[in-house]
Order: sequence, then C-alpha cells, then structure tokens
Amino acid sequence: MTNRTQWNLEQVTQIIASLKDTPGAMLPILHGIQDTQGYVPPDAVPMIAEALNQTRAEVHGVISFYHLFRTTPPGKHVVQICRAEACQARGARALEAHVKAKLHIDYNNTTLDQEFTLEPIYCLGNCACGPSIRVDDDIVGRVTTDKFDLIVDELTTVALDLAPLNPVRQEKKA
Amino acid sequence: MSIKVYVPRDTTTLSLDGNRVALEIIKEAESRGEDIQLIRNGSRGVFWLEPMVEVETNQGRVAYGPVEVRDVTRLFDAGFLAGSDSHKLSLGKPEELPYLKKQQRLTFARAGIIDPVSIDDYKALEGFKGLARSLQLTGQEIVDEVKASGLRGRGGAAFPTGIKWQTVHDCPPDQKYIVCNADEGDSGTFADRMVMEADPFMLIEGMTIAGLAVGATQGYIYLRSEYPVAYDILKEAIDNAYAAGYLGSDLLGSGKTFDLEVRLGAAAYICGEETSLLESLEGKRGLVRFKPPLPAIEGLFGKPTIVNNVLSLAAVPYIMSEGGQAYADYGMGRSRGTLPFQLAGNVQQGGLIELAFGPTLRQLIDDFGGGTASGRPMKAIQVGGPLGAYLPESQWDTPLDYEAFAAIEAVLGHGGIVIFDDTVDMTEQARFSMEFCVEESCGKCTPCRIGSTRGVEVIDKIRSGVNVEANLTLLDDLCDTMIHGSLCAMGGMTPFPVQSAFKHFPEDIDKAIAHSTSAEVH
Ligand SMILES: Cc1cc2nc3c(=O)[nH]c(=O)nc-3n(C[C@H](O)[C@H](O)[C@H](O)COP(=O)(O)O)c2cc1C
Ligand code: SF4
Ligand code: FES
Repeated sequence: MTNRTQWNLEQVTQIIASLKDTPGAMLPILHGIQDTQGYVPPDAVPMIAEALNQTRAEVHGVISFYHLFRTTPPGKHVVQICRAEACQARGARALEAHVKAKLHIDYNNTTLDQEFTLEPIYCLGNCACGPSIRVDDDIVGRVTTDKFDLIVDELTTVALDLAPLNPVRQEKKA
Repeated sequence: MSIKVYVPRDTTTLSLDGNRVALEIIKEAESRGEDIQLIRNGSRGVFWLEPMVEVETNQGRVAYGPVEVRDVTRLFDAGFLAGSDSHKLSLGKPEELPYLKKQQRLTFARAGIIDPVSIDDYKALEGFKGLARSLQLTGQEIVDEVKASGLRGRGGAAFPTGIKWQTVHDCPPDQKYIVCNADEGDSGTFADRMVMEADPFMLIEGMTIAGLAVGATQGYIYLRSEYPVAYDILKEAIDNAYAAGYLGSDLLGSGKTFDLEVRLGAAAYICGEETSLLESLEGKRGLVRFKPPLPAIEGLFGKPTIVNNVLSLAAVPYIMSEGGQAYADYGMGRSRGTLPFQLAGNVQQGGLIELAFGPTLRQLIDDFGGGTASGRPMKAIQVGGPLGAYLPESQWDTPLDYEAFAAIEAVLGHGGIVIFDDTVDMTEQARFSMEFCVEESCGKCTPCRIGSTRGVEVIDKIRSGVNVEANLTLLDDLCDTMIHGSLCAMGGMTPFPVQSAFKHFPEDIDKAIAHSTSAEVH
C-alpha cells in the first residue's frame, strides 16, 4: 500500500551480510535494520537467525527483551517522553498526560494519521533541564505544554508543506 | 584575523535551541561583514546558563548566557564580539563564575574549553601525557599507580579499580578486553555523557592505558541508545584518534596495539549491570549472570575483561600524568579523589559539580543549587539514581562519602542528586520505583520479577486506604525478600527508595488516602 508497511528487502539483506561476521553482531544488525526501516520487520527474523546461526526464537527473544526495538512500523515522527525521576520533579507527569490527550493515544501507539508514535523513555541525560522529550533524534529540554503544542504544530505544518514532494502522499492521491 | 566564537554542541545546549543560536550568530556575522570562526565546544556543565556563548578576546574568553535566538542581534549591537560587558547576558570570564571557581576539576578540567574532536586542543591542555608516560612503564607499574590513587569505581559499586585491573593483569596472556560502561541509566546523572560530549579523547586515552596495563588489545564502549549526540561525537573522536596514531596498531610508534569501537545499547536499564552488559555486547538478551566467575576472569566472550564506568576510566589519564598520589590527595576516608556530582530535578542552578569527596549534601546544595526551580521549599532529595534512597531534610548534613552514605542506608552511586519540592507525593515516588523495577527487571529471579509487580499492587492499596497497616507490613516483608533474595542490585536495591519514602515521609500516606477518597467522591 504505502512505504510504511513495506520494507526494503535488499537493504536489510545487505545490512545483515555486512555485519554478520562482527563479534556480537546481533545488536548492530538490529540497530541497522531499525535505523533504516523504522522497525524490525517480523519477516527479517528468519533472515537474521540464519545468518547468525541461531533459532528464530532466540532472535525473537533478543528483540523483545530490549525496549528500543519495534516490530511494527512507527509514525512519521517518534515522540519519547522522559518518565524518570528528575523529569518527574519538573512536571513530567503532567506533561505526559497532556501529550497523550493532545495526540489522542497512549504509549506505544501511533496516531491515526500516522504522524506520531508515542513512547516512554527513562532518562535522556538532560536531567538539569527537564522535563525532557526526544523527537526523532532531537532532545528538547524544559518542555512546557505550550512548547509541546508548538513542536507538534511545527512538525505537522512542515509535513504539509512538503506534501507535494512526498512520493508516498502523491501515490495515495493518485 | 577571525574572531573565535564558541557555542556548545552538547545535548543540553542543543535541547535548549543551541543549534539555532549558532546559525543565527553565523547569519548575523555575515550580514554585518564580521569575520568569525564558530567553534562547537562541549559544555562546561553550567547547564542553567546554556546556551552559553563565549568569545575569545585579548583578555581571554568571555561568556554570555543563557542566549536565546532573539538575543543574538542585540548581543552584536552591544559589541559582544569585542568582549563588551554591556549586555544583560554578559557573564564575564567563564572561569571566574563562582559556580566553576568553587569546583575542583580534575576530570572535567578541559570540559567546555576545547573542541571535543580536536586532537590539537586536547594535547594543548595536557592530553595524552598519561599515555606517553604509560608507554614507558610495565603493565604492573601502571596498575600500581592506579592502586596508589585509591580510585574506586564510579559506576555505583565503588570497587577499587586497581584491584580489578590487577586481576585481569594476572590472567595468563590471552585475548583480553576493556569494556567501558557508558550505559548511564540513572536518572539525574549526565557526567558520563559530559565526558563523551566534551572531552572524549580523555576516555579514549584512559581505555588505551587500561589496555596497556593488562595486555588487552580490544576495547568496546557500550553506549546507551538514548545518547545520540554522544554517539556522533565519540565516533568522530575515535576516527580522529585512529588517523593521528592514538589508536590502532603501533600506538605512537611503540609497536603496541589498541583498537576501540562504540556499540549501542537498546534502552534497557539492566544492561548497565556489568554482566548483563556483557551478555548484550555478545548479542544476547541482557540477563544478569551468576558470579563467580568474575568478569575480570571470564568476561566478554569468556575472556578476561575490565568493565569500568566512563568516569573511572576518565580519571586514569590524570592519575598517570600527575601520579596516583596527586589524585589521592583529594577526598576523605576511603573515598579518594573527586566525584562529579550532578545537580538535577527541581533546582534553579542544575549542572555538573566536580568536588573532592567530603562536603555535606546541604553544603553542595546551598553553595551551588540556588534553590528549587519552582521557588517552593525543597522536600526530598534522591541521591544515587533510581535505586538510591530518598533523603529527608534531617539527613542532608551527611558528608558526601561512600561510607557515610552507606551508614544511613543510602548510596552515592554515580553521584546524581535529584531535588523535589514540596508538591511531590512520596507514595507516588515509591510506586514509581517498584513500577520501574517491573519495567526493567531482567526477569531471571523471582523476588525481583514478581516482587516488584506485587509491590506496585500493595502500594496502590496503601495509597487508596485499603488495610493500610497490614499492607505496610506486607510491603516491608516484600522488600526484605527482594533485598535478600535478588541476584543483583536491581531487585536488591529497589526497596531503598521505596522504604525511605514511606519511612521518612509518613504524612504523605494520609494525604494520598485523602486524595484518593475525595477522587472517588467526585
Ligand atoms: C541495575 C544496575 C544498573 C547499573 N547501571 C550502571 C550504569 O549505567 N553505568 C555503570 O557504569 N555502572 C552501572 N552499574 C554498575 C556495574 O554493574 C558495575 O559495577 C560497573 O560498571 C563497574 O565499573 P566501575 O568499577 O568503574 O564502577 C549498574 C549496576 C546495576 C546492578
Ligand atoms: S534482581 Fe532482577 S534484574 Fe537482577 S538478576 Fe534478578 S531479576 Fe534480573
Ligand atoms: S530524568 Fe529525564 S532526562 Fe534524565
């Protein structure tokens, strides 16, 4: 249908091949796949298992052990809210409630328009300037509810501006 | 000649719009025809003043902060490129800021001063002196110097670093490894991150020296995935170190080898525990291993391995260039040297404060904190991360020293200090500690895995006023079981914050009950 549920078999094959011989290759491979595809597609599991000479169950076990790895495609942006103590002391709980209400989703869910995936995170190392969140690869400090709304607005407006340039969206329209 | 302007590139500065400030400065300079050279330094750790912009003048560097994008034009108008002090954000010389002047910076001496990926900058400020000296010594002589420093592991357990190194040194020659624990999972801590973002060559140098000391030729930095900025800077620094002959085969022409690689974790707090970390590096689930065997004897891929925290390894270049005794001259009792304390949470002046062990918690907060950010009274302080106790005001006069903290059933841990104001509900904090253990337990042992889930349930009952006395007793029993029956400190120490919250703030139980019953009425 769209790029979001497809993944690039060739790219994944190549990532696995290029990393499988490094010592302790499992996490580097999983990172490589998630970085490029946004998630670890379940169909990649047997490929990894074969390359590393492990069972599918073992690969599965590793993927499910770590909070980072997703097995479903995320939205266009991943928003992570720091839930840890230093941010709690600066109002992270209220921020978290606001974000869930604003995006109409709970943790580990994606908005209907596929714009945002919301995830919890425990400390971003920005504990002197909380509450902190991470949006994709950017960490943002002293996030008030207003500041959060602004970030969401900025991200969605930019996305709209880019819409005609975005092949996925053009496909949809066509 | 172009004027040097510094805007940090560390996570905190970036989180406060530092990149846009930097871009605005470039744009403004261009439009005014000013010739500037923008340098992206690390942070000095005065986080409440970030983004702190510095300008190099004839009289040395002068600072302005916290700078927002909208301040930039006026800073130019006020002549900040000439070091003028007429703008309201002018801070004068950064090294004269009382916040920095009152510190004893051994490990963080270069932080914020240098470009973190410039080998020349690093060398100009004593960098690689420790390595140069170590290359003249035997492995045993290096280990002896580290022993003489009295350095104890900064990751939390405070185990003497020299003794750990001796064990690996004494293992017969074989493939050995140096693993740097850069998982820094404790809330309220960012000292490791600052090392990696402000002065990564110091860590690279420390690991290389460790390799020389014990005969290890391969190092890994296990970095948490929550630190994307540190990851980029570390990789840049490692590339530069290889290019300049400070890593690889034939270190500085000595014929010795040390290779180094960064590996990313994947958001699992337990992978900060050293054996779980090793499992993860090997590509497995991060299940904690039984000890013995010690990782020093059978560590990564079954080989002798040093696992040390970032700060432990980062202390080594100073120890090797200035001598173990110079380091040991700082501190109190059996806590030698300095600890970078990290002031976080609800505090006006949060940041990194490196001091010799010994001052009291209250002194630190009074001298540096500047009160809460909310302006409300302080109520509780959690020291040592999510497994550390919550301290009430009556305990704030405890000296910052491993043994003094142990005596009040608390820990210094990795030096994180998280301040809460009087709006905090300590029963909610206690609940979170148990919830965190549910989320992060590796699942290997029952007291931790099941105990924490039961803990959440029992605390929920207490908070809603159900059989309070009986459930408090039950909670105590449960905590006892976790403390005595858990394989590692995850299950074994989660009771610390829980029990301290209930013990020192009993009034919050009634408040929580009142709150929950009034919520039911509505
Ligand atoms: C649950 C748990 C989490 C830990 N997290 C970290 C961590 O994030 N960083 C760290 O250096 N040590 C951490 N430790 C301590 C390590 O197990 C180990 O003691 C340390 O890496 C040894 O290095 P050091 O002697 O230099 O402190 C943790 C321990 C436990 C039980
Ligand atoms: S105490 Fe918890 S984290 Fe530690 S080994 Fe047991 S189950 Fe795993
Ligand atoms: S606790 Fe939120 S960034 Fe550290």
